[in-house]
Amino acid sequence: MNAAAEAARQFGAARVGLLSCHACGLVSRAGGTRGALACPRCGEHLHRRKPNSVARAWAFLIAAAILYLPANLLPVMHTRSLFGAQSDTIMSGVVFLWTSGSWPLAVLVFFASVTVPLLKLIALAVLLISVQRRSRLLPLERTRVYRMVEFIGRWSMLDIYVITILVALVHMQGLMEIAAGAGAVAFGAVVVLTILAAEAFDPRLIWDPLEEEHDRNAA
Amino acid sequence: MTETPPDPVAPGVPAQIPEALAVPKARRPLPVVWLIPLVAALVGGWLAAKTILERGATITIAFASAEGIEPGKTRIKYKHVDVGQVTTVALARDGTGVLVTAEMVKEVDPYLVEDTRFWVVRPRIAGGQVSGLGTLLSGSYIGMEPGHSGEHAHEFTALKVAPIVTGDLPGRQFVLRTPNLGSLDIGFPVYFRRIQVGQILAYELDEDGTSVTLKVFIHAPYDRHVGPNTRFWQASGIDLSVGAGGVSLQTEGLFAVALGGIAFETPAGHAGEAQAVPNTEYLLFEDRAAAMRQPDTRGVRYAMVFNESVRGLAVGAPVDFRGIPLGEVLSIEVELDAKTNEIRIPVEVVLFPDRLRARNRGDAAPQDPKAVVDALVAQGFRAQLRPGNLLTGQLFVTLDFFPNARKVAVDWSADPPVLPTVPGNLAQIEATLMSVAKKLDALPVEQIAAELRQSLASLDRLLASADKAVRRVDDKVAPEVAAALQEARETLATAKRAMTAATDSTLAADSALQTETREALRELTRAAQSLRSLTDYLERHPESLIRGKQEQPQ
Repeated sequence: MNAAAEAARQFGAARVGLLSCHACGLVSRAGGTRGALACPRCGEHLHRRKPNSVARAWAFLIAAAILYLPANLLPVMHTRSLFGAQSDTIMSGVVFLWTSGSWPLAVLVFFASVTVPLLKLIALAVLLISVQRRSRLLPLERTRVYRMVEFIGRWSMLDIYVITILVALVHMQGLMEIAAGAGAVAFGAVVVLTILAAEAFDPRLIWDPLEEEHDRNAA
Repeated sequence: MTETPPDPVAPGVPAQIPEALAVPKARRPLPVVWLIPLVAALVGGWLAAKTILERGATITIAFASAEGIEPGKTRIKYKHVDVGQVTTVALARDGTGVLVTAEMVKEVDPYLVEDTRFWVVRPRIAGGQVSGLGTLLSGSYIGMEPGHSGEHAHEFTALKVAPIVTGDLPGRQFVLRTPNLGSLDIGFPVYFRRIQVGQILAYELDEDGTSVTLKVFIHAPYDRHVGPNTRFWQASGIDLSVGAGGVSLQTEGLFAVALGGIAFETPAGHAGEAQAVPNTEYLLFEDRAAAMRQPDTRGVRYAMVFNESVRGLAVGAPVDFRGIPLGEVLSIEVELDAKTNEIRIPVEVVLFPDRLRARNRGDAAPQDPKAVVDALVAQGFRAQLRPGNLLTGQLFVTLDFFPNARKVAVDWSADPPVLPTVPGNLAQIEATLMSVAKKLDALPVEQIAAELRQSLASLDRLLASADKAVRRVDDKVAPEVAAALQEARETLATAKRAMTAATDSTLAADSALQTETREALRELTRAAQSLRSLTDYLERHPESLIRGKQEQPQ
């Protein structure tokens, strides 16, 4: 690791009394005042770290975890056709794809719709716990995990997207009809809540314990 | 986590970086964000509670096979309303069937009683009716019919076939017994005066295997026409019977012709009687004639030994007396008399003496039947085989009086008693034909044929020579004949000319020949006149031939 990176690791903007605006990115002096601060350019509130970051992230995460159960247990899609009515959960769809021989597709759906949300939940939970315990282990790796979670977030809406299109397109009265089930709503809520949780989390918190340790060592 | 105050600005930070604005401290927002997991928990809890509360009983149904039943897909329907869904299908522990577990909705909980029936609905074409056609597309489903028992149950055994009528249908059910099922099947119609009034619900082979029990359902209001004396018969297909009575054809409606069915009717004397109790047992007769026949109360068995071929005599063939059927053939056997090494054919018949007696009303003391039969046999009462139909060769047994028959007595010691017989007409005809055939056989056919061949050969030769002669005549005689004819024609012409000349010369009025001829004829006339007067005189005076002419006295 080069010196610049080492320096960056130990001397964040906050360490030198600077704050960056969340909205417009302008860096400004904190000025040592105890009151609330605002961005001189756009007027946005300035914080050294996202306020209440961990609590908010926890709230979203817990809500997402609760809704993860109905998302997987309740049917996401009701199909009614000449050949009878059918309700499919995500898992039954995976099982159907698997038994009908489309293994790659089954694996893909299982990965994208079941595993990824679960991994997201676990990853965020691990990040939050580690931050709360002021862990100094593997900060770089944890940051990468966070970036990945943030990146994947929006792609998890693919299922909902497919269902929405099917409901809108397949609408032949009497012949076939597809309706979204309660599971789809729950699934969408899980995805949105995990995105919000990732958004609420402040990755800079990962590095704060390291800086403190450095300060102590320096002192 | 509380907000840490920003660090003081470190020395060396470029002065161009603007100072953050100091604003009044914002009111600390309520932790609204914690409402979100709360709402999520409420929603999740509500969903879970709803699922648990709405879940009805879980039942198991035993099926013979899981054909058409798919876990997670197959529905249970009552009156075509979804009331449950199959969750698992597993083999029964003893491997003889399939246990289907299904989750029912809460609403049908009261209907899950001991005698509730379940069955698999499949497309079926029975009795001219198509049912369950929708299952062709949507797959089978399980039908349900609630029972009436008060005992709740969660384990059921499915019916093998879907019931034809459900319990709440008005009408009554009856039981029919028949030796064989014929062409009947479940769902086949029951007719009353050619109106379809019911259906066959089920059939079952009796335990001892000797007959079939049918269950029929007669819809209201037709069920009140079934009385204790009603007769049922098979209206199956076309009843084409060739018996000693000829060919008879009976049908019952077009559908019955095509497939079959059952018909019933109450004999005229019993119409308007009380209605029958449900599940009353009836006999199912072969045809209408058998059904409507006066039931024979008392049958007497007799044996008859025939010493001739019984080909064409069938079990059930009639035994009649001068055209009145008195009974029928029960069995035809062959037996070997061990003592005499004689093979005999005893035919066992059943006679219904009541048919004889029906008209004999008011006759006093009934006589001993043995004595009556003995008396009849003494008068020449015998059994005989007769051809009922020469085309088909059907035989029947006839009873009649043969005064010339050899005197025999009824063998009352045998069981059944043996009635004496006389050889049938057919046997006599056969004997005659045999003797004719023998005579024909004795004819020297070969010799006749040889002679005939010789005669034919000589005739052939004769004809050949005749042909030759004719040809010779053609070749040689014909030209000469032609020449001769020519000459003859010329001669005739000459003669004609001569004749014409002669006529011209002789027949002219003034010719000498004419004149002389006329003179001569006149002379001849005169001579004839004198000859007549002479003969007249000689007639009157024949003596003048001797005595000469006498002078007549004046």
